[in-house]
Amino acid sequence: MKLKLKIWKQGDAHSRGSFVTYDLDGVAPEMSFIEMLTYLNETLIGKGEEPVTFEHDCHEGICGSCGMYINGYPHGPVKGLTTCLLSMRNFKDGETIVIEPWRAKPFPVIKDLMVDRNALDKIQQAGGFISVTTGAAPEANTIPVNKKNSDLAFDASVCIGCGACVAACKNASAMLFVSAKISQYALLPQGRPEGKERVRAMIAEMDRQGFGSCSNTGACEAQCPKQIKLFNIARLNREYYKAF
Amino acid sequence: MNKILFSAVSKKFVMALAGLFLLLFLPVHLGINLMLLRSDPEPFNTAAHFMATFPLVKVVEILLILAIMTHITYGLIIQVHNWLSRPVRYAVRNKSDTSAFSRFMIWTGGSVLIFLVIHFFNFYFIKLGIVEGDPENFYAIAYQLFAVRGYAILYWVCFLILGFHLYHALQSAFQTLGWSNEFWKPVIRVISLIYSIVIPMGFAIIPLIIRFFK
Ligand code: FES
Repeated sequence: MKLKLKIWKQGDAHSRGSFVTYDLDGVAPEMSFIEMLTYLNETLIGKGEEPVTFEHDCHEGICGSCGMYINGYPHGPVKGLTTCLLSMRNFKDGETIVIEPWRAKPFPVIKDLMVDRNALDKIQQAGGFISVTTGAAPEANTIPVNKKNSDLAFDASVCIGCGACVAACKNASAMLFVSAKISQYALLPQGRPEGKERVRAMIAEMDRQGFGSCSNTGACEAQCPKQIKLFNIARLNREYYKAF
Repeated sequence: MNKILFSAVSKKFVMALAGLFLLLFLPVHLGINLMLLRSDPEPFNTAAHFMATFPLVKVVEILLILAIMTHITYGLIIQVHNWLSRPVRYAVRNKSDTSAFSRFMIWTGGSVLIFLVIHFFNFYFIKLGIVEGDPENFYAIAYQLFAVRGYAILYWVCFLILGFHLYHALQSAFQTLGWSNEFWKPVIRVISLIYSIVIPMGFAIIPLIIRFFK
């Protein structure tokens, strides 16, 4: 496959960026998007040019580091996939692909396509945990858990914190991320004791980081590679009101 | 306190409550407007007079004005904050699979506000004595306005836009208030659809009948 890649290049958060166009020949359809970019970098290094900076790690859709905005879609045009799992089969020979970094005030560009997603970690650190005394792990099955809730909690817990929800949202809101983190605890008995403090602290931190409000538009749900559902945000809202 | 009243969630909560209150008033207003279809101006003018003078309605009127102001103020604060949350925009427009109605709420809301201002000048301010006119004969004023083709067209367009606004507004308010889950979401969507068609259509049909069938 032959591709025209229009990629955002930017030195750091404070410098001005611009698009650079690369013509890339010899892309195999079975490559993943990340493999394609690695191949691009190999050819650039071979020519003595500066490679494109982008983040990637696990290549199996669980670390959440590989996010980029591809042709108007966070993580590309296929639903339920991270960029690393996106196959080049989904693109046509000769196609122009525009690649941009996540755009949000709380996500400053580190370099090119790599952004600083520390803001999400800050929210998590504000309350996305349960306090347990250390020692021998207690027998998990002594606390009965409703099956439906445990399934819903599991579905919420698969959030990988990639930031695609923020990238997709017209308001750069992190509500889907926060709602997943809140839900995975709110639905289980272990999460209840600190429920009120958790939701208040996480929302306060979300505001401090400068994320927008939720317009219930659903772009986050449409783009989430882990298919976290919008009704988690309704649960987050309920939890927040109950916390006062 | 500030953090609680102006958190990303609380702002939406206040806005949703104010909006829902306005949604409760629309059917009442429509009920009165439908009396315009009678050839006798009496029932409509009596209802309008009642709305203008009955003490309990006065209280509701103040609440309505407050709700409108709150809804607009919070809407603007939220919108400006949302815009500021993405200072650098994407070069390629977002193609995520979302409903168009939800993306233009500030614009549909703004259009409804413009209509509301015109509407206030035509009726409400007459009642308050700010604008000249006969507050006891709103029936005649309505007929005069609907007779102007430009006004009738503006009226239809505004109610079409109001329908777009309401369709997302109602669903969004439920979600914001936390009243949504996997089961209720589709039910709420249908309720929103019905409300956003029936109420604006009810208003829009009045000048249609007056202009073409009377
Ligand atoms: S590289 Fe880990 S999710 Fe894509």
